[in-house]
Amino acid sequence: MAEVTYLEAIRQGLQEEMRRDENVFILGEDVGAYGGAFKVTDGFLAEFGEQRVIDTPIAEAAIVGAAAGAAHMGLRPVAEMQFIDFISCAYDMLTNYVATARYRAGLPTPMVVRGPSGGYVRGGPFHSQNPEAAFLHTPGLKIVCPATARDAKGLIKSAIRDDDPVLYFEHKFLYRRIKEQLPEGEEILTPIGKARLAREGRDLTIITWSAMVYKALEAAERLEQEDGLQVEVLDLRTLMPMDDEAIMASVRKTNRVLIAHEDTRTGGVAGEITARINDQAFEWLDAPVKRVTAHDVPLPYAPTLEDFVLPQTDDLVRAARWLAAY
Amino acid sequence: MTPTAAPSTTPAAPPHGLSRAQLHEMYYYMRLTRALEERLVNLYRQTKVIGGLFRSLGQEADSVGSAYALDRTKGDFLSPLIRNLGSMLVQGARPLEILRQYMAKAESPTRGRELNIHYGDLERGFIGQISHLGDMVPVMAGVALSFKMRKQPRVGLVYVGDGAMSTGAFHEGINFAAVQRLPMVIVCENNGYSFSTPMRKQTAVRQLVDKAAAYGIPGERADGNNVLDVYGVTKPAVERARQGGGCTLIELVTYRRKGHAEHDNQSYQPKAEIAEWEAKDPIDRCIRDYTEAGWATAAELAEIDARVEALLDEAVAACEDEPMPEAMTALDGVLADPARAELEWYRRTDG
Repeated sequence: MAEVTYLEAIRQGLQEEMRRDENVFILGEDVGAYGGAFKVTDGFLAEFGEQRVIDTPIAEAAIVGAAAGAAHMGLRPVAEMQFIDFISCAYDMLTNYVATARYRAGLPTPMVVRGPSGGYVRGGPFHSQNPEAAFLHTPGLKIVCPATARDAKGLIKSAIRDDDPVLYFEHKFLYRRIKEQLPEGEEILTPIGKARLAREGRDLTIITWSAMVYKALEAAERLEQEDGLQVEVLDLRTLMPMDDEAIMASVRKTNRVLIAHEDTRTGGVAGEITARINDQAFEWLDAPVKRVTAHDVPLPYAPTLEDFVLPQTDDLVRAARWLAAY
Repeated sequence: MTPTAAPSTTPAAPPHGLSRAQLHEMYYYMRLTRALEERLVNLYRQTKVIGGLFRSLGQEADSVGSAYALDRTKGDFLSPLIRNLGSMLVQGARPLEILRQYMAKAESPTRGRELNIHYGDLERGFIGQISHLGDMVPVMAGVALSFKMRKQPRVGLVYVGDGAMSTGAFHEGINFAAVQRLPMVIVCENNGYSFSTPMRKQTAVRQLVDKAAAYGIPGERADGNNVLDVYGVTKPAVERARQGGGCTLIELVTYRRKGHAEHDNQSYQPKAEIAEWEAKDPIDRCIRDYTEAGWATAAELAEIDARVEALLDEAVAACEDEPMPEAMTALDGVLADPARAELEWYRRTDG
């Protein structure tokens, strides 16, 4: 066992897959000589060479489009967005071209687009985004959002091996803050489409993913100590395809659901999850499904503003108390 | 344009129709840019700068010389990139505003919402950039389009770097401007690197100015570390645009002597290369050129330096202890109507 950070876990996953399969290659801005803006691909250029670790011009549409073309031909590209906020520059390629490729033209497009997402880092409106909702709405894309180092590694490996395009949203707040013991030599392959029960409980479920998992766990701990509440925390890990079975199992068990995400509320993923619960488990609910999300504003820079706009542990505690008392 | 002769008793007139006072003003803005960034470095080390800090060390001449070619009395516009602090100062941005931006103060122009020099002011004629490179080219084309539609003799100038020129937005924007013959100048500040990526990995052209031909517009290239050359190449492009001659692409060759941001250790930039460009420092060069030509005395330049430091002493003192914005202001101004976004239910004290 070795202690591995979330960032190191992503690096290990990429490295293992590149060693295993010569079709896997990386392209993105500053990924080679510099090793990536956050150093995820540090050392890759030396190990795999310029053919497989490609420093690209600043051109997200070209990065994603070229990845798609290479994927059609049997390669397994992993495209890095330097910050996930720049994925919007490739939105056309992803939604019009990549997402429709298999359906409209029978084109296999096994590619991964990954990049640092998320706030709580004073990054301001263009270095803090969580773009999952925009892509969840587009049929043809898979979306994963790991919270743990184990899943960071297991999901990047599974994403690379998946035969469909996968968006892999890693959270930059977790990069060096999360450390876990990971067994050396064990093949970790987290299944895409399966949620993880991060904490068991019987009174209430918090459904969440990515960095918000840790706030949910903190809140659950406090609620147990201060209120005697047993809070279940479900870490979705994959948003598409969504693990309805795990969600409904938890709803049937606790009958009260809080959905927490860092992205803004309106049109956010929580709305979709709520609709699924209404469709599939309405009769099991003892209270309305509630959401704790960011406020509906662009993410501001000043700490006083960012902390206000984003959901905090206190908000989860408060919302959970409201739900428990309903 | 740099005279090499020893100073005579009657100095030659400054080039490009510039007056002595204008030369001094350009020096003032370059010095102000550098000194302000040095203040910011100190504040950054004291962790008073909240986010990243971006330097333009060694690039002050290209920003100042190009922005100075605009005519503020005629309502010309510009949109800067991250290393165009100097251009913003020329266009009327105040050091106090920049300091407040970096420190996320309530009184900052964006009220703590945006970082560093990302802000604008329609009154003074500059439009704030976003982080997505190239995006400001089509935006400035729209500004210039408004000048053309209203038959106003005004010009828009937009900055890109060697990296931004690889983006789709750049291509679409410059092509649109060229087709519409808009009164616009696109200034490419070629500092050799986009983050860690050297120009040879950014583009296969030998000189960025070569791209002008692809858009059917004139291209010019100048030494970006010579403020008078920068002015000399930008001014005719601005005036041609004003007279209906369409847009021009200008490449200013310079060098990024610091990392992409203050946290970047520049491991990928050869030390000898940095040293080579340090010897071509634009402010040192300006001092040398001015004093040798007799356009300024050492005493006059020292007086400007002192004025800059006094201004910055005052600006830093004025805002260092200012508060950050009130949390609730985060909800204001997403839309004109409704003017305030909804407070999330879990924060409402009434339950």
